[in-house]
Amino acid sequence: MTGSTSDILVSVRNLSKAYQRGSQIVPVLEDISFDIPAGEFLALMGPSGSGKSTLLNLIAGIDKVDTGNVLIDGIDITTLDETELADWRSGNVGFIFQFYNLIPVLTAFENVELPLLLTGLSRRKRQEHVATVLSLVNLTDRMDHYPSELSGGQQQRVAIARAMVSDPAILVADEPTGDLDRHSAEEILSLMDRLVREFGKTVIMVTHDPRAAERAHRIIHLEKGVLVPVPPSVPSCST
Amino acid sequence: MFYLKLIIRNAFRHKLRALLTIIGVAVAILAFGLLRTLVGLWYLGVETSSATRLVTRSSISLVFSLPISYRERIRHVPGVTEVSTMNWFGGVYISEKNFFPNFAVEPETFLKIYPEFVLDPAQKKAFLADRQGAVAGRKLAAKYGWKVGDRITLKGTIFPGQWEFVLRGIYSGAQKSTDETQFFFHWNYLNEVMRKTIPRRADQVGLFTLAVARPDLAAEVSQAVDALFKNSLAETRTETEKAFQLSFVAMTEAIMVAIQIVSYVVIVIIMVVAANTMAMTARERLGEYATMKSLGFRGYHIAGTVFGESLFIALLGGIVGVMGTFPAAHIIETELSQFFPVFAISTSTIMLQLASAVAVGIAAGAFPTWRGATIRIAEGLRRIG
Repeated sequence: MTGSTSDILVSVRNLSKAYQRGSQIVPVLEDISFDIPAGEFLALMGPSGSGKSTLLNLIAGIDKVDTGNVLIDGIDITTLDETELADWRSGNVGFIFQFYNLIPVLTAFENVELPLLLTGLSRRKRQEHVATVLSLVNLTDRMDHYPSELSGGQQQRVAIARAMVSDPAILVADEPTGDLDRHSAEEILSLMDRLVREFGKTVIMVTHDPRAAERAHRIIHLEKGVLVPVPPSVPSCST
Repeated sequence: MFYLKLIIRNAFRHKLRALLTIIGVAVAILAFGLLRTLVGLWYLGVETSSATRLVTRSSISLVFSLPISYRERIRHVPGVTEVSTMNWFGGVYISEKNFFPNFAVEPETFLKIYPEFVLDPAQKKAFLADRQGAVAGRKLAAKYGWKVGDRITLKGTIFPGQWEFVLRGIYSGAQKSTDETQFFFHWNYLNEVMRKTIPRRADQVGLFTLAVARPDLAAEVSQAVDALFKNSLAETRTETEKAFQLSFVAMTEAIMVAIQIVSYVVIVIIMVVAANTMAMTARERLGEYATMKSLGFRGYHIAGTVFGESLFIALLGGIVGVMGTFPAAHIIETELSQFFPVFAISTSTIMLQLASAVAVGIAAGAFPTWRGATIRIAEGLRRIG
């Protein structure tokens, strides 16, 4: 399942986005262009309000661009309508959120099963897939636990299993270690690293944490909605 | 199956809130059912009245009596098959608080015209044979522990004195809606005593009840009867039993309309309360809806779970309310039998109750459903954390 890093999977072209606050138009992203090869672990860094989460949302197809294009595996997702985008997301993107975003009334197993409910898979097949990804994140023994019965690190591992279960090409992670202690954060980063190395996933991670960014193959730095060279304080980076 | 599981688990996520909402809906549906039944009962006499029975009374007012001599003249009106006499007696048993309807009737003709009062043949024979005999409804007898053969004394309010009767029979109703709390005795007994004590009140009848051969003869017979006594000292007014009952209901119609309005207001209030609860619930879960949408779930998936939850809670409350209506009605029927001899919940009331519960669910869920279905993912995700 290891992908070639030379193939461009994500191509962002002249992307701009602004929000309206009252009568004021606030630009968030301005003329952003970059590519992400398949199998890359990319970190998006920048201060609060720099537009990195917005950029992540646009790449993941959960927000609409004002101008520009986002091509994922040759498909310009900016041309898709809501229904097409929903279908596209369910098959191509896995989401990992800062606060895990698990459904509290569902067990770990049922949370991971969620994306598969949108596929035509039989119950048995779904159970097989869920068991596989839960064993990958080392949570087989916790599958019947509700999120409230799990630690933060375990909840994030469930969220990663949920993101992985439909085998998407891209995993987007918005501050995946932001709510975790150092030890749990390391576990999560190692797991994401493994997903890139062993399963060829392309990971795009928004983070404030330089130690998390260290795990990435490449860092893109944003400030006030534009790409800027990576500051010297951020280690092992190239834009 | 998954969505049903999600709906049920979501419904009980905040157990206290869910419980209070369900209880609120249940109490509203219960109150609605009882009020609707009360209104229905008010019209029960109208609805259960026979199309082949007429009532002849004084054209001035019910408080004025008619001479007994009218009976034979009425009997000869074409279309009339039977005539009976009836006086509202208004007696009380032991004390004023023991009120129940009691009438002096002509037993033989009365039982023919009112077949819904079912008497055992032996008891009927004994009742007809004993001038001081009386019959009581099953519920009335049970309430005071009366048995056939007991001596019962009523204190007259309209007809003064202590009136002693021998209970010769206990009737039961042919239908569930038949009033089983009434007391009937011989009109002749009343008349004989009046002849002795207040002669000017003797040979007077409160009203005549007439049986006609066919319902379509009612108007013709009514006109013929009233024409007989036109320009006499005691002119009559003959009308169908239904119209006669309606004249009583009309006196209290404003109260009934008010009760009907209150029954709807109760539902509207719980609608608003439930809508607020559901809106609060949906607002708390916008992040979850956004997360589900980000996973590929569509607006209608989210709408289904929100709407389903609203409907589930309302229906659960509705079912609890309907189930509670029966014991509540039984308590009313037992404890307030002098006012509500029959307090039966009809099938149509149960359907109305369940329909109201569904309406509460729909109204309460409408806005949160729309909100959940249309939430923008990025906006919803910002609400987490």
